[in-house]
Amino acid sequence: MSRNVEAEPEAAANGAKVGSSDNRDYVTMSIGGQLFGIPVLKVQDVLGSQTITRVPLAPVEVAGSLNLRGRIVTAVDVRLRLGLPKRENDKAAMSVVVEHEGELYSLLVDSVGEVLSLETRDYQRNPPTLNPRLREFSDGIYRLNDSLLVVLSVSSLLNFGNRADAA
Amino acid sequence: MDDLLKEFLTETSENLAVLDVELVRLEQNPNDMDLLGNIFRLVHTVKGTCGFLGLSRLESVAHAGENVLGKVRDGEIEVGAEAVSLILECLDRIRTVMTDLEATGAEPAGDDTDLIKRLNAFAESGGASSAPAAPAAAPAPVSALAAAESSASIYDQIGGMGTVDAVVEVFFARVTGDLRVKQAFDGASIDHLQGQMRDYLAKLCGGPDSSAKSVLIDRNMNDAQFDAACGHLQAALNQLEVSAALSARIMGMIFATRDEATAGAAAPAVAAASETVAADPVAKPKAAAAKKEGGSEESVANQTIRVNVELLENLMTMVSELVLTRNQVLQILRKQKDSEFAAPLQRLNHVTSELQEGVMKTRMQPIGNAWAKLPRLVRDLSHELKKKIDLVMIGQETELDRQVLEMIKDPLTHMVRNSGDHGLETPEERRRIGKPETGKITLNAYHEGGHIVIEISDDGKGLPMAKIKEKIVKNGLASESELDTMSDQQIQQYIFKAGFSTAAAVTSVSGRGVGMDVVKTNIEKIGGTVELRSIEGKGTTFSIKIPLTLAIVSALVVECAGERFAIPQISVVELVRATANGELKVEKIKDTPVLRLRNKLLPLVSLREKLELTDGKEAIENDTFIVVTQVGTYNFGIMVDRVFDTEEIVVKPVAPILRHIPMFSGNTILGDGSVIMILDPNGIAEASGQMGISDAGDAADAAAAKSRGHGEEVVPLLLFRTGSGVPMAVPLALVARLEEIERKTIERSNDRWVVQYRGQLMPLIPMNHEQELGGEKEGRQPVLVFSDREKAMGLMVDEIVDIVEAKLNVDLAAEQPGRIGSAIIAGQATEIVDAGYYLSQAFKDWFGSQQQDAVETGKRRRVLLVDDSAFFRNLLAPQLTAAGFQVIAMDSADKALSLSESGEEFDLIISDIEMPGMNGFEFCESVKKNARWQTTPIIALSSHASPKDIARGRQVGFDDYVAKYDREGLVHTMNEALAELMRGAA
Repeated sequence: MSRNVEAEPEAAANGAKVGSSDNRDYVTMSIGGQLFGIPVLKVQDVLGSQTITRVPLAPVEVAGSLNLRGRIVTAVDVRLRLGLPKRENDKAAMSVVVEHEGELYSLLVDSVGEVLSLETRDYQRNPPTLNPRLREFSDGIYRLNDSLLVVLSVSSLLNFGNRADAA
Repeated sequence: MDDLLKEFLTETSENLAVLDVELVRLEQNPNDMDLLGNIFRLVHTVKGTCGFLGLSRLESVAHAGENVLGKVRDGEIEVGAEAVSLILECLDRIRTVMTDLEATGAEPAGDDTDLIKRLNAFAESGGASSAPAAPAAAPAPVSALAAAESSASIYDQIGGMGTVDAVVEVFFARVTGDLRVKQAFDGASIDHLQGQMRDYLAKLCGGPDSSAKSVLIDRNMNDAQFDAACGHLQAALNQLEVSAALSARIMGMIFATRDEATAGAAAPAVAAASETVAADPVAKPKAAAAKKEGGSEESVANQTIRVNVELLENLMTMVSELVLTRNQVLQILRKQKDSEFAAPLQRLNHVTSELQEGVMKTRMQPIGNAWAKLPRLVRDLSHELKKKIDLVMIGQETELDRQVLEMIKDPLTHMVRNSGDHGLETPEERRRIGKPETGKITLNAYHEGGHIVIEISDDGKGLPMAKIKEKIVKNGLASESELDTMSDQQIQQYIFKAGFSTAAAVTSVSGRGVGMDVVKTNIEKIGGTVELRSIEGKGTTFSIKIPLTLAIVSALVVECAGERFAIPQISVVELVRATANGELKVEKIKDTPVLRLRNKLLPLVSLREKLELTDGKEAIENDTFIVVTQVGTYNFGIMVDRVFDTEEIVVKPVAPILRHIPMFSGNTILGDGSVIMILDPNGIAEASGQMGISDAGDAADAAAAKSRGHGEEVVPLLLFRTGSGVPMAVPLALVARLEEIERKTIERSNDRWVVQYRGQLMPLIPMNHEQELGGEKEGRQPVLVFSDREKAMGLMVDEIVDIVEAKLNVDLAAEQPGRIGSAIIAGQATEIVDAGYYLSQAFKDWFGSQQQDAVETGKRRRVLLVDDSAFFRNLLAPQLTAAGFQVIAMDSADKALSLSESGEEFDLIISDIEMPGMNGFEFCESVKKNARWQTTPIIALSSHASPKDIARGRQVGFDDYVAKYDREGLVHTMNEALAELMRGAA
């Protein structure tokens, strides 16, 4: 796992290698108006609004657990994870289900967009001035024509290790 | 690694495990030929397979081992410790090589000549006397062909064709009489076969060359038949006085040829062409079918198949899913009346249940599997420690879940090793103290409820109390004065603490730093408990109780603050509902909620608070459901808003990012498809603050203290304050109720404070004499109510502080009346109140009537009270005196018995169970043997009364059993016992 974290940008990018060697496919999603992407091979499922069971005493970013075809999936609110304010009550979140170390997790985002095939030459590492919280969970940036896409690092998003130890 | 090799590794390690056990058995029963045959066959199989796979190193080691075994089988070598040790060493070498083989897929380089030389030397030296003619050349690891070549002289040595002919005659005479082997020869002419056999043997021994092939090999015999046939051949050779060494070599060559044949190396073309049946491929399945009638053990093996554990695990997961889906469908069905699905769903329900049961069964394994390594372990242990140890295993067939089995394997091994190393004495020591030289370790497994109980006992020296005490003090786990107040059993529990080993020297066997604490932790991890009983000089028994399976449990579904949770049914004792106007209601001591349940105060835990649940609404405390939960011997209530049904749930582990929350043991999906968390009663009990156990400073011990509570005399105490501000405590069990009385209603009558309480006048005694209600006439006065029958008295205090659980170690005796002494409770010096003193203040008139009764019957009853704890003597003596008894209190059983010698007589004896020196059970036995006292009723008094204790109590002769603190019960029981006695006398 530690190896995974260190080599994250490459690993994530490799995971998304589909088709031509220069193009990588990402599932895009938006959170608080910003465009994010996760390598398509990491994504298991995209779900609409789900019934989520609260888990008392869990870290605040953990929204709860949900039942995905008989498997228990832990839902993590990406907004809170990124330090953004809570989603307004009337807006339903969408779930992007990813697998991490054999467990399924659902990442709650505002909305899920299309799958984009992006060229590696548009990719660059995080600018050093990026918000530290965002930098922690980002693998890098793609320059799109009209906007920027932040590649989310699934393993950092789901690494609650330090906190669990402290608790 | 190819499949063949994998198969070989599994099969061979199984064979080796069997061999370990069988060899030890053989050592004990050297004349069991069946056993020897089986061992020989197993080693032979190992060797054969190794040869087949081209594992030359393994083969040569196995071959040398087989050689020795062959000699043993021929009766040339006696079965003895030396032989068995050597063979075991040989197996160990095979194991070592196999480990590397498993890791790398290839045989590691290495030299076994040393071991092989020793094996061969042993084989030779054993056989030397009876076979002087045998060539001195050691049969070094040689391939079958080489062996055949080097045997050129055998033909002449055995006496040429004449002998061969005779051997074959005898052989066939024997074989045709053996049904097992005969089947293999069915359909062929015996004469023809005889000819074949004769030629073959002659050729084998270096006689005239021929193309004959052994009938033993091309008849497609199975192993059992082959072995039987070989046995006959061997017997035939013996009958014709062929020397054992020679016949062993002949047999060796036959085995080697057989190996080659089974390996498929033998060209089928060589098979006698004239042999119609043998050439017929149809004969093969026929022979295989014949295998069924082989050995009885083989037939069992034939009906089983090897299945990958992973497959079973997957199957179990799928069944779990099916159970969940079934629950879901049934839930939907419940909502719909008259559905046409009802009948088929009912059927589905049943099939699912049966399937679940069946799959669970596939995971069940006899506990004997976990014990398989132990005979070998004990044998090695006895050699290493020079002790004689007998291992008795009872209930090997008791089954339990594979997963559980895996997890107890190591703790069990460790405990057996401990028993052998620390528990049993050396033979000299045992002889000196009059025990049989051979020590005994007994393993006993049986089912009890939904649990399996495993007992590991030895008849050794028991736990050395003095050493344990010394160590406890040295490690700062408890002070000497604390130890003085503990029973032996309590002190023994310390061996489960980390870093606690009493072995004087670290031996190679135990004392490797893996202590009993690890054992205990491992067992508790799977929801089990471990108990310890030890009597110095007599032995030690560990009793492990573990659940049968971990996968599917029955759980109670509850709701709190709009969220649902599951509580494992196993820890739920009962459900009660508390309402404001009902019989049961939640009361508060400061902010601690409690419930009066059958005259006891039950501590309550608010789930809402513990889980920090908020749903905007405040909990309605006066309308709540209480799940009475038991963890170890600690009972407490969990307050919830609603209670639903019980449901079979499949426990799934929570996600790693949630694992740090101690309140949950897992999560599951309910019938309606929603995910719910499974509460862990252990975690909740722990989080409920442990009620301030006195050594809570050691955080790691908090959990241990909880489960240890059984053995330690941890008692719930009510803490309160009076004017002086010093915290005071009284055992909670003595307090009937806690009241807050309007000060306005307190009246003065007959020079004392009284209050109208439940239609009666209740006397109120001020705790603090100077206080005398002071100036305050307003507000509420907290009162501790002590009650007996319809009467009650109240003790007025300033403030009720808390309820804590603590050990009662009175450090300082009291100088003031009304105090027993001072103790450290919850980290503060606390005065322990002598309830009896205040009772007698208020009870003057109350007990008068009873005293009169006593006086009327002519005399005050004399009661002997035996209890090592000064606290209880001080507590009970005044109470019993107040109840009209004359009490003589003694602090040990020995002193009590000495009263008998001085001619004292009593109407009744009350005795504690756990006492240093002679315990209550032994005391009772002595009393019942004592001529003067044997008719005196005797009542056991103990802080804990498990059914087992009660049964034991009855067995040794106690007339009754009363829990400490159950004052009312005690007086009642005493009167009953006395009445019984009167009736008996009348």
